[in-house]
Amino acid sequence: MSQMQKPKFVPMSGSEAVAKAVVQSNVDFVSAYPITPQTIIVERLSDLVAAGETKAKFINVESEHSALSACVGASLAGGRVFTATSSQGLALMHEVLYLTAGLRCPIVMAVANRALSAPINIHGDHSDMMGSRDCGWIQLYAENAQEAYDWIIQAYGIAEDERVATPFSVNMDGYVITHSVEPVSLIDNSTVNKFLPSRKPTLKLDTDNPMTFGTLTLPDYYTEFKKQQDEAMRNVPAAFDEVTKDFTQLTGRHYERLVPFCLDDAKVAIVSLGSASGTIRWVARNLRKKGLPVGALKIALYRPFPTEEVAKLLEHLDVVIVLERALSLGANCGPLASDIVSSLYNRTGQPKVLDIVAGLGGRDLSPENIEKIYRTGLEATSQPTGLEMEFVGVRE
Amino acid sequence: MGCGAAITARMTLKSLTRPAIIVNATGCLEVATTIYPYTAWHVPWVHGLFENAAAIASGIETYVKSQNGGKMDRDIVVFGGDGGTFDIGLQSLSGAFERRHDFTYVCYDNEAYMNTGIQRSGATPEGAWTTTTPVSQTSPGKIGPKKNLIAIGLAHHIDYAATASTTYWSDFITKIQKAAAVEGPALVHVLAPCPLGWRFKTDQTIQMGRMAVQTRYFPLYEVEKGRYKLSTNPHPKPLDDFLKAQGRFSHLYKPEFAEELAALKNEVEQRWNALEQLCQGKTPTW
Repeated sequence: MSQMQKPKFVPMSGSEAVAKAVVQSNVDFVSAYPITPQTIIVERLSDLVAAGETKAKFINVESEHSALSACVGASLAGGRVFTATSSQGLALMHEVLYLTAGLRCPIVMAVANRALSAPINIHGDHSDMMGSRDCGWIQLYAENAQEAYDWIIQAYGIAEDERVATPFSVNMDGYVITHSVEPVSLIDNSTVNKFLPSRKPTLKLDTDNPMTFGTLTLPDYYTEFKKQQDEAMRNVPAAFDEVTKDFTQLTGRHYERLVPFCLDDAKVAIVSLGSASGTIRWVARNLRKKGLPVGALKIALYRPFPTEEVAKLLEHLDVVIVLERALSLGANCGPLASDIVSSLYNRTGQPKVLDIVAGLGGRDLSPENIEKIYRTGLEATSQPTGLEMEFVGVRE
Repeated sequence: MGCGAAITARMTLKSLTRPAIIVNATGCLEVATTIYPYTAWHVPWVHGLFENAAAIASGIETYVKSQNGGKMDRDIVVFGGDGGTFDIGLQSLSGAFERRHDFTYVCYDNEAYMNTGIQRSGATPEGAWTTTTPVSQTSPGKIGPKKNLIAIGLAHHIDYAATASTTYWSDFITKIQKAAAVEGPALVHVLAPCPLGWRFKTDQTIQMGRMAVQTRYFPLYEVEKGRYKLSTNPHPKPLDDFLKAQGRFSHLYKPEFAEELAALKNEVEQRWNALEQLCQGKTPTW
């Protein structure tokens, strides 16, 4: 802790913080295509490249599909690579996401989470990333600008770990995190350099040591390739713990896969991702003062999903409320609830799970709404277990 | 055996003089050369997706150049079939040309989606039979002429574009070397005869390439900084010699498809006339 610097807070939006983190991470190559609400990230990055603050090459391409494809090329050539997108852009990248993970390129991408068309909507929810949740990327949801900044830097440490060699998406709620100006404590360049040395790829497109990437792989070997990706995902927690520990030593800021709040003696808790989590904790604190047995759980690392840890934190509760900011239309619940329910299956205690759909397409999630959701959960404690899904704050 | 794509790849690599990195679009060439755990490639090679080869090359080129003081010390070559070039990969190719990346794009054109089983592409000629342009009383094969890939490339003001044939090997090698030497993007459009899809015997590939050029079906020319130049101008042989040698055109010689045969012949003639005008520095009309 002796090396820790004094925090210097600078007012900046989440997008500006991410751009700063990319430059400080000594990224070699950026390729992106503009989409609201990701645009500020690439505009600020363009400014920083133009100002000579980074050696990174930035190519503006003709689509998100090409943006991530160009990133794959630069990453295979040996570079540290960044891109950012949102919503339709992430959907357009869909097949390239799988390619990136399958070719084991440790690319870091900021996703400014936004709803998907139709109808078109430029505001925040998690439909975009949830639509690609099985693509083989590590997926983390930041809660605020500070976390977005810190996580871009830490993401490279985890993604480039040889045991992992897997791409990493840092998710940040569109507008709420990308555009809100908050105090952000920046790390000085020498500290980042100490934390994150330059990338040293073992496998790359090298004319002195030629290798073939992206072979045709038939039924006799395809499963082995996929099994290796599964093993890489299982190696993430170890790399996560090492990287976050180093980061804490240098900055004093500590990150966990899950952030529990007053869960030990709670009967009802809300599980959430991203920016809503702070508001939920604030409401929970107020309800606690009134003697209500409520708690909260923020899922920071969504893929790989911390199944065991989630179950241990939630299994003693009467009611688990999942705050769902994406739909899985036609399924019995949304994607986050599906993960929560499967984590709780075959455990000793099986809480009732309420899947609450809220905050779609940027609809405001007020403290009053969250309190109502908690009270619904408290009323449900006496009812039989099971899974229910309902929309809140919606016109009938 | 008799595969035009394989000959194209082999001759391209023989032509290059510097170390090379190869990017391959999804297609016959990728499938035939990299069945895991084997690879036919002794150079760094990557296959990504069907439509993103030029975009992957953009990233490689930018990074390699940045690590080498802004200069290219090796060749980056993309291989794409006609489907991956004329159709699904056209957008990423256009973007890469517009951004002036220093790479050579080699399209091996076998005039249909041969890897998936002979479906029509934007490069399939007028009247040709494919599995998605079947021949029946109401269907004469493919309707409409193929796209002009060289013109599309030149619309991006690239410094070098050429057609080439594996049969004319000396011309082929010269063109690949010129394309690789250009600073910035270059395009080589190779006609790659396909015994399976065109319906001819596998020992006829080289002869098929020769007939394509000699009948003016696939003229050989190059365009340097906008200047068109014919590479060879043989005394023309009858187009029928080329068409009748392939099963994909056999229906055109039935009386009910006379109109379609005439349309294809007219297209080939117009293409040649336009090329002659371009070589004289004139703007062609049709």
